[in-house]
Order: sequence, then C-alpha cells, then structure tokens
Amino acid sequence: MFCCKLKTLGLLVCVAGVLAVPSCAMAQGNYFVTYTHHMEEPGNLEFAAKSVTGFPRAGNAFWGNAIEMEYGVKTWWTSELYLDSQTTANESSVFTGFRLENRVRPLLQEHWINPVLYVEFEDINSADKALLEVVGHDGVADFLGRNDRSEKKREVELKLILSSNFKGWNLAENMTAEKNMAGDPWEFGYAVAVSRPLSLAASPRECRFCRENFTMGAELYGGLGDRYSFGLHDTSHYLAPTMAFHLPSGPTFSVSPAAGLNRNSHGFLLRFGVAYEINQVVSRLRGK
Amino acid sequence: MRSRKTPLLMILTFILGASLLFAAAGDGLWMTKVPDKQRSRDNPFDGRADAIAAGAKLFRQNCATCHGGEATGMENRPSLHSERIRAATPGELEWLLKNGSMKNGMPSWSRLPEQQRWQIVAFLKSLQ
Repeated sequence: MFCCKLKTLGLLVCVAGVLAVPSCAMAQGNYFVTYTHHMEEPGNLEFAAKSVTGFPRAGNAFWGNAIEMEYGVKTWWTSELYLDSQTTANESSVFTGFRLENRVRPLLQEHWINPVLYVEFEDINSADKALLEVVGHDGVADFLGRNDRSEKKREVELKLILSSNFKGWNLAENMTAEKNMAGDPWEFGYAVAVSRPLSLAASPRECRFCRENFTMGAELYGGLGDRYSFGLHDTSHYLAPTMAFHLPSGPTFSVSPAAGLNRNSHGFLLRFGVAYEINQVVSRLRGK
Repeated sequence: MRSRKTPLLMILTFILGASLLFAAAGDGLWMTKVPDKQRSRDNPFDGRADAIAAGAKLFRQNCATCHGGEATGMENRPSLHSERIRAATPGELEWLLKNGSMKNGMPSWSRLPEQQRWQIVAFLKSLQ
C-alpha cells in the first residue's frame, strides 16, 4: 500500500516537473488519423497520448492507446516513436507493440499543395487496437475475438501526405500503403481532413478560452482494399468531427467522435488526445 | 586513373558549392526569394496597438524559446533587433514567417493563420 502511494507520489512529481517546463503554446495536430505538412519545430519534443474507445455490439468494449513521442530533428524532418497498448473489458490489458515513423518535407517552401513523405515501421501484434490508421479490409470483425497476441505484425507503412493552408483553413489528404513483411499483399487506405481555428486573429489579452485557441474540423478515413481486391468492397469508413483546444503554454486537448459509415465499420468510436510539447529539449538537457 | 578522380572532384565541388550556398542562405539569402508582389504588401494591422499586443503574445508563445523573450537571440539564433529586420518590408517578414528558412533552422509558421503572422510582424516592427 505504502509502495503504491510512493509510486503515485513519484508519478505526480514527474508530471509536475514536466508541466513546469515551458511549452509551445500550440502543440501539433488537430487530427487523429490524418497528417498535415506541419512538422515539429527542430529541437522540440512532443509527448502525446491518443486513445480510442469502441463498443462493438458483438464484442467487448475496448480502449486502445498510443503514447507518442515526436521529435523535430530538422525543420524538414520529424521522427516519432509510438508505444501501443489496449484494454478490453472482461478480458485483459496488454502492450501491443511499437511504431517508428519518419516524415520528410521535400519542398522547403510553402506551395498550394505541400507534399510530405512518410515511412513507418511497425512491430505490433494482433491484439493492437490503437486504430491509428484504417487500411485494406480492416473492420469491426477484427475486434470481436478475444485478445490474442500470437500473431506478430512487422509492417512497413508508406504515406503520401498532401496538405494546403488557405485563408485559415487547413486541408490535408493522405494516401496510405501498408505491407506486412511476412508476405501479405500491399494494403491501401485514405484519410482526408479539414480544419480551421475559430478565430484567425489573436486576441491582444492573455486568455485561456479565446476563440483562437479552439480549432474545429472533420476527418474522413477508411480502407481501400489490397493489391488483389482494390476498392471499397469489404472495407470500413469513418466520418469524424474533431475539436482541439490549445491551452496557452500548456497541453493541447483534442476529441473526436467518429461515426462508422457502413456495416464493416464500428458504429461509434470516441477518440481523445492530449499532447504536451517541450521546447528545445536538447538545449535544456545540456543546461543551456 | 583520370576517370576515378573525376567523380571525386565532382563530389568535392558539389559539397563546397552546397556549403557556400548554405552559408550564403544564412546571410539573408531568403530575402532574394521573396516575390515582388509579396514584398510590397502592407501590413493590414500596421501601427495598431491591439495588433502589437497580440503579436507580442504570439511571439512569447511561439518564437521566444529560440529568439529569446526580448528577441535578442539565443545561442546561434539571431537577434531580431537587427538592421536586416529593420530594413525588411512587412511583406518580406510575413513571407519569412510563412515559408521559414528551413535550411537555416527557421521553421515555417504556416500553421499560424495569416492574420496572426501579420500581428507578429506588427510586433517585430515595433521593436525597431
């Protein structure tokens, strides 16, 4: 009991320590699935937790979680590590693997459409429920069996990210191709998103609940089959409004209720995220 | 023998050329890339006290960790109380915020809406 209290106290001290470090006012990411061309600022480290809750009718409710550490290596290169886990009601809580991803911006100026190249390696197992992307014939049927970690998935995922900013709006499109290196065919998916801050100009006063700190948007994402059965047949699709609240010099909270658009989809998914960015983390470690 | 040396010379020339180009870019080369139309744009918030206050707030939130709270620069990040910033037009500064100077470590701030970039420009000009 005493040991648990000590652990809790230690955790609280760690959290307080992290929150004491000044952070960027607006951490990355208004979306949960779709990527934009906005990269992490060089030297900044962002911690984020992205979770998704689902309630499949014929299965147990689940809570998938991904802890994300995103580092800005260069202005044009961002690297990320994800640690995935999940909890399924009446079953168990399991660690399900990790993902390493890199995003590179080949064009170093703003254009109407800004491309970003994305490469990810995943080492996850069949119990993973983080739902960070939907590809191939992914669907609700994958979530009905009991937690089973027996199948290892070592996958490579490639994305072409196209993103534009226009009059305060962001429009992003992602094309995804994913391959299990055990020999499965390439699987494909898509994500499209749009968002805008509630106010384009900043308020002159310090305020937490100013309109400029809220961003509203929507995402549409789903699978497109695989190399041998490309198309919409037997795939799942979701439409999800998104809302993000950027607490000045603090964390960013985001929420997104997603509605499944066909029978293969989950009827409803609730996503929640919190992100906190530490500025110039290497300089801080060096004591500069 | 000659054919072996030629690729090596080409690589060395490329590295030297790229280094010179990057060094030049750190010396304000970005200003030469600003389109004329953008260069002559006026700041819609020019001289407005509320815009300067909002720009100061945005500067503290987004820029101060690299350029310092007083915009005097930190480590190898430049001071913004400089002749170059003084001489730059508002349009040039807004272009720099939007596009960054990525080869030199200045990120693009295109994720900030244009109005907020202009507010930061109003603040930067008030420093001079």
